[in-house]
Amino acid sequence: MRESTIMKIHYGTALAAVVLVAVHVLFRVTMMNYEDSLAYENVLANYKYLPYAIMLELILVLLSVHGFNGLRVILLELKQGRSYEKAVTYGCIAGMAGLIAYGSRTILMASMGIT
Amino acid sequence: MSETALAEEQSSTEVSSSKIVTLRIAKFNPEHDSGQQYVDFKVPYERWTTVLDAVLDVKKHLDHSVAVRYSCRQASCGSCGMKINGRPRLACFTKISELNSDVVTVEPMNNYPIVRDLVVKLDKMFANHKKMQPYVIREDSEITAPTKEFNQTPEQLEEYIQFANCIKCGLCNSACPTMATDSSFLGPQALGQAYRYVADNRDKGKYSRLKIIDESHGIWRCHFAGSCSQVCPKGVDPAMGIQLLRGYLLGFRK
Repeated sequence: MRESTIMKIHYGTALAAVVLVAVHVLFRVTMMNYEDSLAYENVLANYKYLPYAIMLELILVLLSVHGFNGLRVILLELKQGRSYEKAVTYGCIAGMAGLIAYGSRTILMASMGIT
Repeated sequence: MSETALAEEQSSTEVSSSKIVTLRIAKFNPEHDSGQQYVDFKVPYERWTTVLDAVLDVKKHLDHSVAVRYSCRQASCGSCGMKINGRPRLACFTKISELNSDVVTVEPMNNYPIVRDLVVKLDKMFANHKKMQPYVIREDSEITAPTKEFNQTPEQLEEYIQFANCIKCGLCNSACPTMATDSSFLGPQALGQAYRYVADNRDKGKYSRLKIIDESHGIWRCHFAGSCSQVCPKGVDPAMGIQLLRGYLLGFRK
């Protein structure tokens, strides 16, 4: 993939994540007391409400893609070399896929009531 | 005007008002030395004495072994780039009097391998410059028949003319924080030159150049610190050129 395409995704995911996280935070502060938002029942209720669970899944994907690409960029600037750069790129893709898979598993299990 | 005032005025337009400055030169020979050493020299200077004059004064009278690269002495050739009091500058374009310091420290430029003392290896910068295809690319030519000029309006010239002032001194690359860690980064000099030709309406090689800079150690590694533009002795703004090039790659500019 061309670097400009990767960076377009990088900037796009950042913008989308800012919007969705803002919506998420607004839900926390407008629907209930902020301190109640992390109460067990309220957290579970978020996952069971499908549109909200989809939004959380989107935030997970956006932040994972943005964060791991950011990490890749930092690591590429830190050190150079063909094999090192390949390891960083594939390592970051693996890390991103792993985080998305683990996070999605949590969202799915919680939304299906498996705790 | 009183006689005293007249006398004072005359004394202030003296022929010579030599002062003494301590010139601290970083000396290093990679073949023999393990690290850089600083040697101090007391050098007389006038209002118009440049750092290069002072270094050459040291070389002539005090230490013949000081290695320095220079040529035109008028900020045209870009040979005498060095770090002067911590900032990359052209030695021939920096007067000692403007530094307002009793000690002037001269060191080789950052981000380049040192050949000796103040001389650095510029090979990589020239290689990156060459990689940018720094010439107008098109199939026809001004010199093939039927001979014709490639006309440009003043506005079209304005798009790139400041970037054509680059003298390849390498100060921008020396000031670049990305170049300090990323040895494969193309650097502001090369990227500025890429913009110079991409923005030239006579050129037809835009896509080929954009492809060259659009790689993992290319244009996207610039953090927009802007130090390249701050140190350029010719007023070129490579940081702006880089942002404008990004505009082409992101589709904001055509």
